Amino acid sequence: MAQVVMTIGDDVSTDTIYPGRFMATVLPGETPQYAFADLEINAKLREKKIPAGSVIVAGNNFGCGSSREQAASTLKGHELVVVAKGFARIFLQNSCNLGLRTVICPDIEASEGDELEVGTDGVANKTTGRTFRIEPLPKARQAIIDAGGLIAYTRKRVMESAPRG
Amino acid sequence: MGMTIVEKILARATGRSSVSAGDVVEPAVDLAMSHENGALVINQFNEVYKGTGLEARVWDPSKIAIIFDHRVPAESSKTATNQKKIRDFVAKQGIARFHDVRGDEGGICHQILPEYGYVRPGGVVVGTDSHTTSHGALGAFAFGIGATEMAAVWALGKVLNVEVPATIKVVVDGHLPPHVLPKDLILHLVGLLTAEGANFQVIEFHGDAIRRMPTSGRLTICNMSVEAGATSGIVPADDETQRYLREEAGVPGPSSRMAPDADALYSRVIEIDATPLQPQIACPHTVDNVKPVGAVAGTRVQQIVIGSCTNGRLDDLEIAAAIVKDKKIAQGVRMLVFPASWRIYKEAMKRGYLMNLAEAGAVIVNPGCGCCLGVHQGALGDGEVALSTTNRNFKGRMGNPQSEVYLCSPAVAAASALQGTITDPRGN
Repeated sequence: MAQVVMTIGDDVSTDTIYPGRFMATVLPGETPQYAFADLEINAKLREKKIPAGSVIVAGNNFGCGSSREQAASTLKGHELVVVAKGFARIFLQNSCNLGLRTVICPDIEASEGDELEVGTDGVANKTTGRTFRIEPLPKARQAIIDAGGLIAYTRKRVMESAPRG
Repeated sequence: MGMTIVEKILARATGRSSVSAGDVVEPAVDLAMSHENGALVINQFNEVYKGTGLEARVWDPSKIAIIFDHRVPAESSKTATNQKKIRDFVAKQGIARFHDVRGDEGGICHQILPEYGYVRPGGVVVGTDSHTTSHGALGAFAFGIGATEMAAVWALGKVLNVEVPATIKVVVDGHLPPHVLPKDLILHLVGLLTAEGANFQVIEFHGDAIRRMPTSGRLTICNMSVEAGATSGIVPADDETQRYLREEAGVPGPSSRMAPDADALYSRVIEIDATPLQPQIACPHTVDNVKPVGAVAGTRVQQIVIGSCTNGRLDDLEIAAAIVKDKKIAQGVRMLVFPASWRIYKEAMKRGYLMNLAEAGAVIVNPGCGCCLGVHQGALGDGEVALSTTNRNFKGRMGNPQSEVYLCSPAVAAASALQGTITDPRGN
């Protein structure tokens, strides 16, 4: 069970998730401080008042805009889960590559403070008693998630292709 | 069933006779581009090799391009240190296509790649920048990826687990009227499709208006295809592509052409008549909030920006210079001009465009991404409004969430600079 800590609408851009003025900061260990830097939730995240596994509920096209990977690593750093009606392509790929949990839930309805059970087949809103179906991630991404992220997956591929001897 | 142009490119890049939308493939990469975020790619690349006992060497240093453009000259010690780290890596790995902070060969990555002939029709181009879609203007399949995904490309020379995208066919016939530019066409299309209308899909451009459009304009429309969520925009290579490569990119000899099959399967076909098109404005705070200029004419602005990978080319500067020549930009308005490359900057200097712009009151800034992404060289104050030829108007994009950004063509930007309000250039 996890609590919804923020609800946010359609077309949330990477500039909202990780503003461009912090882009000189690139390392995954350093990006979490700037998550949603211009929104109220940033202070709570920085003060560690939001437990790992907490859920952000969003509308369509979450993560549109830039390819900046900081937008995924900044949320991964807080171990947030993003349940959205839909995601923009590059953000979704970056999230899968870095292990940020993203859930495509086209009909999701939830309010801040609701308790959600995010399963593999659906999302149950325990506060409202309603359940919502989940769409599978693009199949091209699942192999990478299953390997534990793109670095581990690539390392395996590099080892396989290295000359033996 | 026939193939779209991207299906054909991916078939070639995977050594298959055919692929179709939804297939998962690992295409070989012809060009892998990064800018300052190469610092993160290097970090992730080294992570891949950690504990393997193997030396971290890139698969092919001749196919990697790194261009400094996002924060040039460095706006902070952090950026300067990232740039230094990249310089060291470039030297160690023998990466030749490196464009440092230099007035002889620098510029914005999405201008440098075509200008130096790095992009060829039918190629697979990936870049750690969402506007990598630009390079579809030359008939390549070009798309943005994240830094870790680029680290995998540097290691293996292919993009892992790519789902072949479906394609939207956009046919643009008719003639763009005077002072209505390729930027107006793509803003109109983004408004039509919405910000997610082409998500996970490619936009393939056809029609008379595209065939007559110079490569500079094709770069503009492919550049902003990502604002409709598209994986890429693409214009099949034609005579104009050949001309551009030979005359402007220094690529001798004929280049390959690839066209979609007549019976290719498209997810959607959109027909646009260019002839009645009006100048378009993307209003705050989303790129798909598009209106004809008349709907917002008179809106007061404090900053005008002309430039970027979207509209910083010679013809963009030419039309802006022609509009402001022998006139003055309005009091209380700052006009910033960012040419897309130093080659363009110097040519615009020779032709007098920069002189005309500066005499009118514009500040000519060095080529680079400048204030487009809100890092430096033109942040907005609280409550201020900018009118810009760049590609994004997200809240906070120009460095301040308490400001507003409208997007437009260079003609609208220049005409508006004279008035201090959003102005239809056709009245001038």
